Amino acid sequence: MFGITGGAVMPVYDALYDDEDINHVMMGHEQGAAHAAEAYHSVTGRPGVCLATSGPGATNLITGLADADMDSRSIIAVTGQVPTEMIGNDAFQETDMRGVSMPVTKHNYLVKDEDDVPDAVQEAFYVSNTGRPGPVVIDVPKDVSKNDTDAVRSELNIEGYSPNYEGHPGQIKKAAEAIEEANKPLIFAGGGVVMADAAEELRELANENNVPVTTSLQGLGSFPEDNDLSVRMLGMHGTGCANRAVTECDLLIGLGVRFDDRATGKIESFAPHAKVIHVDIDPAEISKNIHADIPIVGDAKRVLADLNDEMRSHDAPDTEDWRETLDEWEEKYPMEYEKDDEHLKPQHVIESLDAKTPDDTIVCTGVGQHQMWAAQWYEYKEPRTWISSGGLGTMGCGLPMTIGAKLAAPDTEVVCIDGDGSFLMTLQELSTAVREELDFTLVIINNYYMGMVRQWQELFSNERYAESELPHLPKFDKIAEAFGANGFRLEEPENVEEVLEEALEYDGPSVIDAVIDPNENVFPMVPAGSGNDEFIMGKGTQGSRIS
Amino acid sequence: MSTDTPTRRLPTGVREDAASRGPDETEYTLSVLVENKPGVLSRVAGLFTRRNFNIDSLAVGETENPEYSRMTIVVEGNDKTVEQVKKQLNKLIPVIKVSDLTDDDSVDRELSMFKVAADPDSRGEIMQIADTFRAKVVDMGTSSVVVEVTGDTEKVEAMKDMLRQFGIKETVRTGRISLARGEKVTDKAGN
Repeated sequence: MFGITGGAVMPVYDALYDDEDINHVMMGHEQGAAHAAEAYHSVTGRPGVCLATSGPGATNLITGLADADMDSRSIIAVTGQVPTEMIGNDAFQETDMRGVSMPVTKHNYLVKDEDDVPDAVQEAFYVSNTGRPGPVVIDVPKDVSKNDTDAVRSELNIEGYSPNYEGHPGQIKKAAEAIEEANKPLIFAGGGVVMADAAEELRELANENNVPVTTSLQGLGSFPEDNDLSVRMLGMHGTGCANRAVTECDLLIGLGVRFDDRATGKIESFAPHAKVIHVDIDPAEISKNIHADIPIVGDAKRVLADLNDEMRSHDAPDTEDWRETLDEWEEKYPMEYEKDDEHLKPQHVIESLDAKTPDDTIVCTGVGQHQMWAAQWYEYKEPRTWISSGGLGTMGCGLPMTIGAKLAAPDTEVVCIDGDGSFLMTLQELSTAVREELDFTLVIINNYYMGMVRQWQELFSNERYAESELPHLPKFDKIAEAFGANGFRLEEPENVEEVLEEALEYDGPSVIDAVIDPNENVFPMVPAGSGNDEFIMGKGTQGSRIS
Repeated sequence: MSTDTPTRRLPTGVREDAASRGPDETEYTLSVLVENKPGVLSRVAGLFTRRNFNIDSLAVGETENPEYSRMTIVVEGNDKTVEQVKKQLNKLIPVIKVSDLTDDDSVDRELSMFKVAADPDSRGEIMQIADTFRAKVVDMGTSSVVVEVTGDTEKVEAMKDMLRQFGIKETVRTGRISLARGEKVTDKAGN
């Protein structure tokens, strides 16, 4: 449980004072508490809990709640509220948390009677982590949390909520037939596969039927990227091969994906020749952005298990030519960068970090260029190893997520690849990391810019760098030391190995301020509003269409 | 590698060669059974704003079972957007059931009251018009009358057009309420 105390939530903290079962971690800012709770869910699959007081404490949670809502993470936010009789009077630290959080939560509760607390808590946990996971708020006025109650929870009964887990057998049969008939099938796996613990089933579907696999950003880790069938991530900063594959495929099997615009590029040219199978637990995602020819509403794990069963009575498609073509594209559009002895390259730092950390290492990131480099240059092989803000794109999520992840998996290596702008937004959480004696390594890919904005300005705004330069950033290694963490400054390419090793070795939080070549951009890139096959490979080089 | 049949998708995400219907905007009537609890109306209204859907009208009232309310929502859209409206409504926890009455044979009613300028000369004519529409004059003052009319949207509109010549001072209108004709019950069974 992650939180910060305050006036209206004091009775809850008073109860925690005597409790020996609940481990509460005091955070530096409520936003951090929400992100830490998100990471706890991503690592364990169990709801993460955060706690805040009324008014500003509650509103500070909103960014984290919105983040969890977009990326379907189960978190429970318990917020203090002013006493029941004062609600509506603009009392000190009063905010209508139920109203404010409504559009960014799966559900929320304002509990006005202490006897209703057990049912509200039970429902909140159930709603949050069943079906499509999401954030749930329980707003508790101070008199309600102060009063005792003998109430016990009643039998769970939510009439308007019954998520569907089993895929329709007829639809699964249709999907199997479509796979059998396909010449150029492609699996597009997303965060739903990771969350449903369906990675094993996905491997079976792909391996047994020789179907290539691409992933969304949040699907990283759902399928091992070192598998021959992997064409890696698609979308705005996906590989050239993945983006051509999705453009040319004749069958697209979307698993736990929501066809986000960063993944699809221009809708008109997304998988234009493909029949689409779409498996998702949320019926509202089916045909929301991309029309599904074969929709299957259900849990990815169960649907894939059934589909694998069904495929046993179907022939695997003949994909040999298709895979050869993909191999050619992989060679034609390689992931590469210019290495030199003078300038520190972010790709170099991330590749080296990958080489020095085990396969089950959990990688957290902030949002921006560093995040995309982290997606591209670290190889993900296991589910639940990639934790990042995908949908909302919340800068500053990196450090608090790292804290939540490390607390959820104390025996696993946890690293954070952060940006200078992102880190600056939530760096107060270093005090939490030091106090909790957490052992992780955080690398700031520092270009003294809001790098992704700078990249767009360079490419699309005539190099008009409006407010994207950050020349006066502090020395982050010194900041880390001031907090009591271990700080490193990395400027020379030749020192990469040594600094990374030393930081990883250190038993406690290490912060590496890696000062990189500020001109480095993220490629390949599909410009916003373009089709996925119109990617740019590097400065001035056009990808697909032209060649 | 070239492909024999170059196709593309419409902005709706449907493959052009597979698209059957255009994205024409029309009116849809949804009947939504919800838990009768505080905040539910706010949730439903907020959903429409958040998802960029247009509500033409919304009427809400308790059902025969006080644990539930029924909302009749008239929404402007096409098949795709309204499909999303229905799915997103269904995702709200207090929403029990969403029924689309658009293509069903249903009875649609709204109630409207018009305060119309009326002097002794015109009063009789107004009352005659009201009679024709099976409307009622429910209040009378020295310079105005209040006319109440019940009917489907077309009837209420026609009434309004007829009264306009006298000068409508004030109008109040409920949203549309709709019920499927015949034996069909849009409630959950046993309610």
